[in-house]
Amino acid sequence: MPRFVSTTPDSRLLPFPWDTPLADWPVELLVALPRGLSRHVVRFIQVGHSVYAAKEVVEHLAVHEYRLLTDLYRLDTPSVEPVGIITERRDRAGNLLDPILLTRHLEFSLPYRSLFTPGVRQETVSRLLDAMVVLIARLHLIGFKWGDVSLSNILFRRDAGDFAAYLVDAETGELHTGLSDGQREQDLEIARTNLYGDFLDLQAGGLLLPPLDPITLVDTVTTRYHELWQELTGVEEFSGSEMDRIEGRVRRLNALGFDVAEMDIQTDAGSSKIRIQPKVVDAGHHQRRLMRLTGLDTEENQARRLLNDLDTYRFRMGLSHVDEAVVAHRWLTEVFEPVMQQVPQQLRAKREPAQLFHEVLDYRWYGSQREHREMPMIEAAQGYVRDVLEALPDEAMSREALLPVGPTERLVNPYDPSQGYVEEGEQPPHDPWEDEVDDSPVPSGFLDIAALRAKAADTGEGSGATR
Amino acid sequence: MATVSYKDATRIYPGSDHPAVDRLNLEIGDGEFMVLVGPSGCGKSTSLRMLAGLEEVNEGNIFIGDRDVTDLPPKDRDIAMVFQNYALYPHMTVADNMGFALKMQNVPKAERQQRVLEAAKLLGLEDFLNRRPKALSGGQRQRVAMGRAIVRQPHVFLMDEPLSNLDAKLRVSTRTQIAALQARLGVTTVYVTHDQVEAMTMGHRVAVMKDGILQQVDSPLTLYDKPANLFVAGFIGSPAMNLISGKVVDGGVQIGDYVVPVPREVLAKAEGEQNLTLGIRPEAFHVDEAGIAVDVSVVEDLGADIYLYATLAGTSDEAKITAQQIVARLSTRHPAGQNRVRLGVDPASIHVFSNESQLRIS
Ligand SMILES: Nc1ncnc2c1ncn2[C@@H]1O[C@H](COP(=O)(O)OP(=O)(O)OP(=O)(O)O)[C@@H](O)[C@H]1O
Ligand SMILES: Nc1ncnc2c1ncn2[C@@H]1O[C@H](COP(=O)(O)OP(=O)(O)OP(=O)(O)O)[C@@H](O)[C@H]1O
Ligand SMILES: [Mg+2]
Ligand SMILES: [Mg+2]
Repeated sequence: MPRFVSTTPDSRLLPFPWDTPLADWPVELLVALPRGLSRHVVRFIQVGHSVYAAKEVVEHLAVHEYRLLTDLYRLDTPSVEPVGIITERRDRAGNLLDPILLTRHLEFSLPYRSLFTPGVRQETVSRLLDAMVVLIARLHLIGFKWGDVSLSNILFRRDAGDFAAYLVDAETGELHTGLSDGQREQDLEIARTNLYGDFLDLQAGGLLLPPLDPITLVDTVTTRYHELWQELTGVEEFSGSEMDRIEGRVRRLNALGFDVAEMDIQTDAGSSKIRIQPKVVDAGHHQRRLMRLTGLDTEENQARRLLNDLDTYRFRMGLSHVDEAVVAHRWLTEVFEPVMQQVPQQLRAKREPAQLFHEVLDYRWYGSQREHREMPMIEAAQGYVRDVLEALPDEAMSREALLPVGPTERLVNPYDPSQGYVEEGEQPPHDPWEDEVDDSPVPSGFLDIAALRAKAADTGEGSGATR
Repeated sequence: MATVSYKDATRIYPGSDHPAVDRLNLEIGDGEFMVLVGPSGCGKSTSLRMLAGLEEVNEGNIFIGDRDVTDLPPKDRDIAMVFQNYALYPHMTVADNMGFALKMQNVPKAERQQRVLEAAKLLGLEDFLNRRPKALSGGQRQRVAMGRAIVRQPHVFLMDEPLSNLDAKLRVSTRTQIAALQARLGVTTVYVTHDQVEAMTMGHRVAVMKDGILQQVDSPLTLYDKPANLFVAGFIGSPAMNLISGKVVDGGVQIGDYVVPVPREVLAKAEGEQNLTLGIRPEAFHVDEAGIAVDVSVVEDLGADIYLYATLAGTSDEAKITAQQIVARLSTRHPAGQNRVRLGVDPASIHVFSNESQLRIS
């Protein structure tokens, strides 16, 4: 009997064929969704109305990743949500199989393989890089060393006109109270190499065209990361007559989406110099404000956009003297919800509510410009549904990237891009190294000291020789 | 050619009150395969990062060759940190998969091709170079990953748990390949693992760490045959060495009703101590009328040998659950049905440790 480790037990998981290696699961159980490259076997499975990602991985890593994802989730970091681990799996012959780690499929997420399409715009790529940099910096702020930053280990979601990035693979991660500069540098170095490989691969596949260039993109990530980190944690020094610099710093951080929970301010008794350094910064400045006011759970830039609309509403309705929470409630029922009601049920899986609202606002702005009048929100919502939303692909579970990239490109396995593309009529070359792989089971865990002694005698090195 | 030396190298993380690596002194020879091993959190990765230039050295120095690199940035150290990047890029050829990082370092194309070709020859991957990496086996993927490291041609390789995410079988075959490659290339290598079996089978020498402090550095066999303290004794070897504490009496140490003979001059080194710990490897036991009495709980038949799992004679049934388990590997058949046996030990195979200092005194 397999063992289920989870904080939220789910009986619907019991009937799955845990005694079969994940790679051999019948396709009826699988959901074909676009995804990144992986060295482990990863499949999406449908459980009730949810889709889970299942990853077959050695036990200590499954446990390690499950714990880390739980911590990250609790710390409110953008990462996939862990569901549980299935251990003690045995096949019918009684052999032990590696455990399976389950995470909830991140809805509305777009793996990079569905964002990089031939002719992807420079603007889009630049925004993806920004989202990536923010994610890395946020993880570093809470003391998380990732150890494996790559395009495949990040998921993107639309966030108003930008993107928000999520962590999907925490296997190599470490969580400390804070990180040393060296630990952050190492993460960046790994990111550079991995991302460079990722971009070269996209280039080789015809998905990244000039002027987009792998090395420039990688350099951009490094530079932007350092700029952001400096803004988030750097020391600023000025004279006592420039006290407004403190407020300026806080505003700049707010604009970047961060709250300053603690600012270290030092004055030098001798001179009139003041040193400030943000000590605790939390991401999600606008997110939190919108959540507090309306209960809406959105990405940071969506929140910013919705809050702007809320402020405009307040001003226009002459409600400046009314309590903000009351205004927010009126905005929610008089503006936001009526827009949502214009969206037919069957189209709702195409965009998240906040993203949809943002796109309606855009639609209205362009419409108003074009027609030299102010388009009412309801009319804009109806127009958006008719002109835009109808034609959009489903993004709650986007299947876009499963379509072949080029006319000749076909995945060897539609459930796993890591296995590469079909090439017709080719025999793999003979590989003598593979012949040497013996099939005997490994007596792992035991130290074969007799073999060690024999080897040492062979090379003339004996016990005590180095003493 | 490069030797590496840590001289009193210490790292204290900001905000931490004790060092993660505490006055590490370690000399690594040119071409040596040195393994750092120890339980999680003992400071292995930190030591490696210090050598890479990715972690500040708060006190002490680090040398590569006779160059003091303590304050040198990573790129000026001529080392390659190998991390677990096995992602194979499906649109790129195997050659490009192996050599792409050189491109990032602006190595000219001709030289890149040359280095990739050399690495591929070494790895038996020549015929694959112009193919895309579809449907490669786990072992072949590992070889491409090794190729990525080899083409960098550094003076020192640093590897941090490169095998930790492989299944048991691939791990065993890959560790043999890495050791063989290192021997052929002769590049000084510092390898980090938490797995003592891996450390013992791969390293020329093994440095055992605990709580930031180097416990012992020696050849695998010396670690096995002469562990310097109780920690190393218990950490190295599987099944682990039996560590049994007993009362000091005239002529030896008493375990149950039997006095295990210990030479007078050894006992003299722990003057004033009431109890000492005896370390006995499972295979050092044999069935003998003059020996430690144990109650057998499980017998595992391994074909030629048997493993005997037991507790000291006279342990009550309730106490057995938590009592120390004694493991013996015997080449004799175990007489069926016999529950109590006596295990003798050749005096030369007994390790004696002071309970106070934890150090070996035999
Ligand atoms: N919860 C999830 N939601 C959406 N997509 C997911 C989820 N989990 C995994 N994926 C997709 O599956 C891919 C592989 O998963 P993952 O990175 O965890 O595998 P891996 O074998 O550990 O990868 P690596 O080779 O980087 O170690 C990811 O790139 C991602 O696209
Ligand atoms: N940024 C940090 N701040 C404070 N303490 C840290 C930091 N990074 C690591 N440590 C601590 O330093 C000690 C050594 O860590 P290190 O990562 O070197 O251990 P390790 O032997 O490599 O462990 P593992 O096998 O788990 O990787 C640990 O106690 C760890 O918790
Ligand atoms: Mg991954
Ligand atoms: Mg992984």
